[in-house]
Amino acid sequence: MKPAPFAYVRAETLDQVFDLLDEYGDEAKILAGGQSLMATLNMRLSTPEVLIDINHLEGLSDISSDGDVLRIGALARHSDVLESEHVQKHAPLIAKTMPHVAHQAIRNRGTFGGSVAFADPAAELPAVTRALGAIFVLQGRDGQRKVAADDFFQGLFETDLKENELLVGAEIPAIKDGERTAFMELARRHGDYAIVGLAVQGRLEGDTFADMRLGFFGAGDQPILAKSAIAALNGQPNNEGTIKNAQDALDADLDPMPDLNGPAEMKMHLARVLTKRALAELAA
Amino acid sequence: MPTVSMTVNGKSVSAEVEPRTLLVQYLREHLGLTGTHVGCDTSQCGACVVHVNGESLKSCTMLAGQAEGADVTTIEGLANGDDLHPMQEAFRENHGLQCGFCTPGMVMSALDLVKQNPDPSEKEVREWLEGNLCRCTGYHNIVKSILAGAEALRG
Repeated sequence: MKPAPFAYVRAETLDQVFDLLDEYGDEAKILAGGQSLMATLNMRLSTPEVLIDINHLEGLSDISSDGDVLRIGALARHSDVLESEHVQKHAPLIAKTMPHVAHQAIRNRGTFGGSVAFADPAAELPAVTRALGAIFVLQGRDGQRKVAADDFFQGLFETDLKENELLVGAEIPAIKDGERTAFMELARRHGDYAIVGLAVQGRLEGDTFADMRLGFFGAGDQPILAKSAIAALNGQPNNEGTIKNAQDALDADLDPMPDLNGPAEMKMHLARVLTKRALAELAA
Repeated sequence: MPTVSMTVNGKSVSAEVEPRTLLVQYLREHLGLTGTHVGCDTSQCGACVVHVNGESLKSCTMLAGQAEGADVTTIEGLANGDDLHPMQEAFRENHGLQCGFCTPGMVMSALDLVKQNPDPSEKEVREWLEGNLCRCTGYHNIVKSILAGAEALRG
């Protein structure tokens, strides 16, 4: 047997989920697509007492839009997000991102909410949701609360999600006329976790940057909104000097960790290179 | 122990298993279907790819209990008696394997590709295989096999 023993419950209702979370606390783990959780269980990095399988909860897989807001249910599979016309139309940045999220056999199973709630700093979707200013819907026994992506991600695999809450969906502001997007990542193999990557959305008014949002992954202990680089871009003309200023500002925004791919300074260098390329793509 | 029942390669099967049993262990150890291989058990290598309700997924990162009631196809479910499935035959014809460890996962992934894209380009095949590792072949003959298999399946 690979994983340590646990009890398994196929939850049919939200109340059942909250009962189990109240009873087991941090000895309970929510099982959605399982594409990160099962691997950590197989390696015995995690040994929960009970797995609460939420795959059969109803109404959490929908992807819909009212024109202003795109709603992605927590249980929407990556493959469904990839193919969704709502996503292509209202969140092209997510549409550009999805082909980089793992590969088909994993996308068929992994979920949007699972990726967000797991909050891997090297994963694409947490950073993209920050770049888009997404709002997450957290369900507790007594109701829902909404938390902006900027406040949701708090550290290495740490989020604002409380022990007795479940992430049930994301609300993403639909792209507006004139907003442009770019997505770039460097990975050893396509579909692997990126060494470093970024997602950008913003506008060019004439040749002046406006409303820029740059979300980085693989560049620190959490998905990062590059506030200094954004400040260096907004209101400035799209020229070499501005790009250089934005690249230099990344020193204040990013704090990459050295790993098997290389030292932190190499990742900083790659982040600066990707920023220049992504801004060129955005402007193209 | 809970009883887990599903349909595997068209046959109804049932076994009492611990909740922590992975789908791949259920297939291999309880049903004796050892064609599905375990490479990494962390969803990296793709040796354990099977089809669950028609979609390819990695059977090392799904619990057997999660496949309760599902329709599962493994590599053993492809051939018709002694006649290899056209995709299997294409791997044989094109020498698409050396040690063969990754082959079941390669074939099952390939079939999900041609279901969605019956006439893939070489580039599309190579991109599709990003979730399947082979340490022998350098992939070249695997890609050739899948292109030939796709052509055979188009008829």
